[in-house]
Amino acid sequence: MSDDQIPKDYKESLIHLEYQYTAGSATTTFLNQVKEGRLVGQACPKCKAVYVPPRGSCPRDGIATSIEVPLTDKGCIESFTVVHIPIPGNPIVPPYVCAMIRLDQADISFLHLVQDIEIDQIRIGMRVQAVWKPKDEWTHSLENIKWFAPIDEPDVDVSTLRFKPS
Amino acid sequence: MKKVAVVGYAQHKILPNAGALNEVELIMPVVHKVFKDLGISQDDIGFTCSGSCDYLQGAAFAFVEGLSAIQTSPPIKESHVEMDAAWALYESMLKIKMGDADTALIYGFGKSSPGNLDSIISLQMDPYYISPLWPDRISLAALQAQILLQKKIITHDEMMATVIEARNNAANNPNALLTDDISEDLYRADSLISSPLRGFDCPPISDGASAMVIASEDKAFDFTDNPIWIEGIDHSIESSNLGSRDLATSPTIQTAIDNLKLENINFDVAELHTQFSHEVPFLRKLLNLSNIPTNLSGGPLVGNVMMCAGLDAIGKTFQSLANDQLDHGLAHASSGPCLQHNMVVHLERHK
Amino acid sequence: MNDSKTNLLEAPFELSYKYKRSSGPVMSKFFEGLSQKKILGTKSKAQKVFAPAAEYDPETREALTELVEVGPGGTIESWSWINKPRSHHLLQSPFAFALIKLDGADTAMLHMISDCDESDLAAGKKVLPVWSDNPTESITDINYFILET
Repeated sequence: MSDDQIPKDYKESLIHLEYQYTAGSATTTFLNQVKEGRLVGQACPKCKAVYVPPRGSCPRDGIATSIEVPLTDKGCIESFTVVHIPIPGNPIVPPYVCAMIRLDQADISFLHLVQDIEIDQIRIGMRVQAVWKPKDEWTHSLENIKWFAPIDEPDVDVSTLRFKPS
Repeated sequence: MKKVAVVGYAQHKILPNAGALNEVELIMPVVHKVFKDLGISQDDIGFTCSGSCDYLQGAAFAFVEGLSAIQTSPPIKESHVEMDAAWALYESMLKIKMGDADTALIYGFGKSSPGNLDSIISLQMDPYYISPLWPDRISLAALQAQILLQKKIITHDEMMATVIEARNNAANNPNALLTDDISEDLYRADSLISSPLRGFDCPPISDGASAMVIASEDKAFDFTDNPIWIEGIDHSIESSNLGSRDLATSPTIQTAIDNLKLENINFDVAELHTQFSHEVPFLRKLLNLSNIPTNLSGGPLVGNVMMCAGLDAIGKTFQSLANDQLDHGLAHASSGPCLQHNMVVHLERHK
Repeated sequence: MNDSKTNLLEAPFELSYKYKRSSGPVMSKFFEGLSQKKILGTKSKAQKVFAPAAEYDPETREALTELVEVGPGGTIESWSWINKPRSHHLLQSPFAFALIKLDGADTAMLHMISDCDESDLAAGKKVLPVWSDNPTESITDINYFILET
């Protein structure tokens, strides 16, 4: 219900808490690399699956993903959706495209934006590459990549990108 | 119904601030330790249950991230309680008794350092009459301490003795956060935070994680010749209407004593989830533990990982019985202001 | 696994949500009463009076609907003096949280006591509410209690 419609017997209850958040070792290692313009995944020493961004642990084997694996910033679109609702606090103008980006050599995909292409031409399997912000704007964040844009390489058959068997 | 035994327990060193380590990185080593001690892996676990508080991390469903520490492929049977992991133990025990699993992994975790624990815990209270006044956990505990002192159920000297003893006992616990001895002079010189509680009467802000494995009687002997049985376990809760409670007594503790027939048992050792010094002499009197070694680990006063400390009381009791070959142990877990919700566990070594 | 050598990446963040809660038939009357400088309790069939107004008797589970006026003064049942208020406390000079049994009630209410010294406080002492100039139909329509002189 909107604020001007609060019935008389409703009480506003404000929850306000402050935190000093720490990122954890795997995320810290990853973001330190992102700050330098590099995407570095982490692999499980047992099943060798490469996770990006890494959480520090392999869900298949329940052990630390201790092996760092430098990755390119090229990959393909595993799935995508066209969003018609603006992101609060973000200047992006709908409609825009969110996609699951599978970087080359990674075993999972992550969410990012896709631009520089007509929306109706975006397809699963399309090859893309990161478009970075200027170097002097880089921080500890995947927002250093403005979006992923199509590159002139043949589409990938995503059914071949199965998670490696253990 | 099948009997259930505690067969393994591991506790992370309690840290004042885990810093770069996030929750997943705190959970992994304790789960790995307990698996290694038992020679098992996640494949041997029939049910997994964790206890944590999303508000400590500051995100809805934050507990789901904790699962990144566990092997979840192939998919596992899993549950979570937004409570101390002692209640994750209770749920896991029920699962085994109902025949849905033969083994269970329980883990608790919490980082209190990133947020303001006082504000977080005050939001646990009644949102109409209590939370808007922002009473912190120490002030609420202090209201009970004041009543117990007024009615001469406990004394200031008993509170001081508890704090001093806790620090002495911390020497037995390599994971304890606070290990410095405290003298009577040092205690008396410590300023009051919320009268009658001084800083030393309160638990330290702590980060950590703990894990435990339990097994049905069909499986327990795979791990040990002397399982430590959960012979009795009971929990009940009083009203959240704080003003309607008699804080000079504990009906939930009395219920546990009656249901578990604790009066007939000669306990060798006890660990209580007593976050504040006055709670120790209070509960020792109610539970008839005045002559029983209590909180030999130092208890929450030397390290109090929120959402773990209750499980830790059970784990430490388990370790005492297993390592020192004692017969009967009493463990207590608590939740809510002024000992509102209490669980009592009777552990008994296999004969 | 541990790594005190890794750089620590930290960032402050604020969690802030506004919820709108309905008070229900009993508590809405209580809050309406507060805005009019009245404190209401509810009375059970056994004649037990709960203040602040409770919706149910926690022991018998009886639904409580009979409202009665209590106070406005009360008696201290317990208190805790705070010499150094924490940042989230509503009062920033030394004060006490207290359990106060309002006149005519059988249960206590949590609130604050201010404008006194720690040594003035004792169980059994009488207190009176100090009302807010800008009531919002919430528990803070009582700013705090003071000792009756």
